[in-house]
Amino acid sequence: MSRPIRVLVAKPGLDGHDRGAKVVAAALRDAGMEVIYTGLHQTPEMIASAAVQEDVDVVGLSILSGAHMTLFPRVHDLLVEAGRDDILLTGGGIIPKEDMAALEARGIGKLFGPGTSTQDLVDFIRAWFAEHKAQEA
Amino acid sequence: MSGAAYNTGHSTIDRVLADFDAKKPAALARAVSIMENHRAGFEKLASALHPRLGHARRIGITGPPGAGKSTITTQLVRSWREAGLTVGVIAVDPTSPFTGGALLGDRIRMEEVALDPGVFIRSMATRGSLGGLASATRDVCDVLDAFGMDVILIETVGVGQSELDVARTADTTLVVLVPESGDSIQTLKAGVMEIADIFTVNKADRPGADRLRNDLELMLGLRPGATGGHEAAGHHGVDLRSLAPEEKEALRDAMNPARAARKAASSEEPDRWTPPVLRTIAAQKEGISDLIDAITRHHGYLDRSGELQARRRERMRERVREAVELKVHQRLWKDEPTVQWLEDRLPELEAGALAPFHAADALLARSGPLLTGTNMDAES
Ligand code: B12
Ligand SMILES: Nc1nc2c(ncn2[C@@H]2O[C@H](COP(=O)(O)OP(=O)(O)OP(=O)(O)O)[C@@H](O)[C@H]2O)c(=O)[nH]1
Ligand SMILES: [Mg+2]
Repeated sequence: MSRPIRVLVAKPGLDGHDRGAKVVAAALRDAGMEVIYTGLHQTPEMIASAAVQEDVDVVGLSILSGAHMTLFPRVHDLLVEAGRDDILLTGGGIIPKEDMAALEARGIGKLFGPGTSTQDLVDFIRAWFAEHKAQEA
Repeated sequence: MSGAAYNTGHSTIDRVLADFDAKKPAALARAVSIMENHRAGFEKLASALHPRLGHARRIGITGPPGAGKSTITTQLVRSWREAGLTVGVIAVDPTSPFTGGALLGDRIRMEEVALDPGVFIRSMATRGSLGGLASATRDVCDVLDAFGMDVILIETVGVGQSELDVARTADTTLVVLVPESGDSIQTLKAGVMEIADIFTVNKADRPGADRLRNDLELMLGLRPGATGGHEAAGHHGVDLRSLAPEEKEALRDAMNPARAARKAASSEEPDRWTPPVLRTIAAQKEGISDLIDAITRHHGYLDRSGELQARRRERMRERVREAVELKVHQRLWKDEPTVQWLEDRLPELEAGALAPFHAADALLARSGPLLTGTNMDAES
């Protein structure tokens, strides 16, 4: 029996746009994943600590405030520091194409913008899980 | 240490155990996952942790959806942390029976204690279990206990009346109700009411809280033998003035079971536990210290009365039974020849020549060696 994929969906910083995070959390749940939703205004430290305690496979950040270039790398560094460099860090929101590319070059992502179909997000996470985690499930 | 290094091979368990002993949160988290998913080596892990069990006080928190269980949990954690105790929290939310997915949202209310290194919070999905907890919740409690947590708080899913697993998992069960529960306590009575060691009426900032408390106390006071059963109830026309003060008290109690229940519940060292009915406004941190007091008193009572040992012994008995059932199930149905043997019997069964119970006896009779195998990791 294969175990469910565990995902932490979080909203870092002061950004109050939580519609996207909720839509994504619900879509991943409906795709059979166990989604831990931590609510608004999370610090990178809170996100990394929750990811470790919950032993998630994936951390997804939703950022529409423009602070993605600091928040994504910070969470990434904290996960590495905690010994969890095996976690997929992904997310979405209002993020210009060139920033997405820059972050991806640092091992973050893939990232998704407005209008992405939730099925694409599900497919991406499933494919990543099958490639990286399936052997230990 | 690298989390990725936990992922493969059989030395995983040794690595997890070493980091576990070094008190690394990532190792605790992984140990929980191994137990939750019955991953390779989980029996070895459970056996290694077993001698370390018994330190933690296990407290279950149950009640209807949205009653304030997570908010109360957070406030209890805060108080225990101020007293220097370490706390593990297990928060259970339901798995969708249709998709197998779950949205685990209890952490939203636990923000205040989320970054405290003396607190470990883990969300669990029920994964098909119907008793208000996940089937692996007890295993996860054990992992937290073995890690050295002083207190373990277990928040159930929002329950109706039949999700009672928490009482078999915790030493002390706290039932959280809200003023709006008043209309439904008659139906709650059958289940949730009977497992409570402590009640709290939360959201006492809303109207109806005192009335619900009184109703609950009345119900507790009317339970058979609840408060010692005074005979005075049958005496009519007693002249109060002619009674000694203790007799007057007894008569008042008999005439007012709610009052009697309240009195019995506030006794410092009772011989018999009567659940206290408290009031809290968790969102404003009100009533939490009374709750802590009640939990402490209940623990003292469990200890003195021998009930703690009895409850833990019962838990141990159940654990072994569950393990036996799991092993029998896996050993039989993961065995190709056994599955094939049953396939081959189907025509006889369909033709009426063999009855299912006889087939079962025959199957068990031929499975002796399979069932007595002792390979620890045969299942994984
Ligand atoms: C609705 C909305 C609001 C609502 C928010 C309601 C709520 N609770 O969410 C309200 C009216 C409150 C609001 C307020 C503001 N807003 Co506004 N808002 C929007 C708007 C129109 C739509 C956002 C939305 O909900 N989209 C629907 C969801 C489903 O889409 P999504 O979040 O993009 O998510 C998708 C993808 O991005 C991705 N994704 C997102 N998160 C995640 C996470 C994971 C894990 C994954 C895998 C994928 C993923 O997948 C999703 C599905 O496709 C956008 C414009 C736009 N077109 O995006 C502006 C916008 C985001 N807002 C903006 C601004 C400036 C503000 C305000 C500052 C305005 C002001 N001056 O007051 C305030 C700030 C509020 C705050 N406290 O932070 C700007 C942001 C500019 C920027 N970042 O550079 C935008 C882009 C408008 C604009 N063009 O200027 N806003
Ligand atoms: N008015 C009032 N609201 C409260 C009180 N305690 C909690 N709440 C609010 O009640 C809502 C639900 O609280 P939670 O703690 O999430 O309740 P829960 O029982 O854990 O909910 P589930 O886990 O979803 O069943 C939140 O909005 C809280 O802020 C209280 O004492 N008074
Ligand atoms: Mg809750």
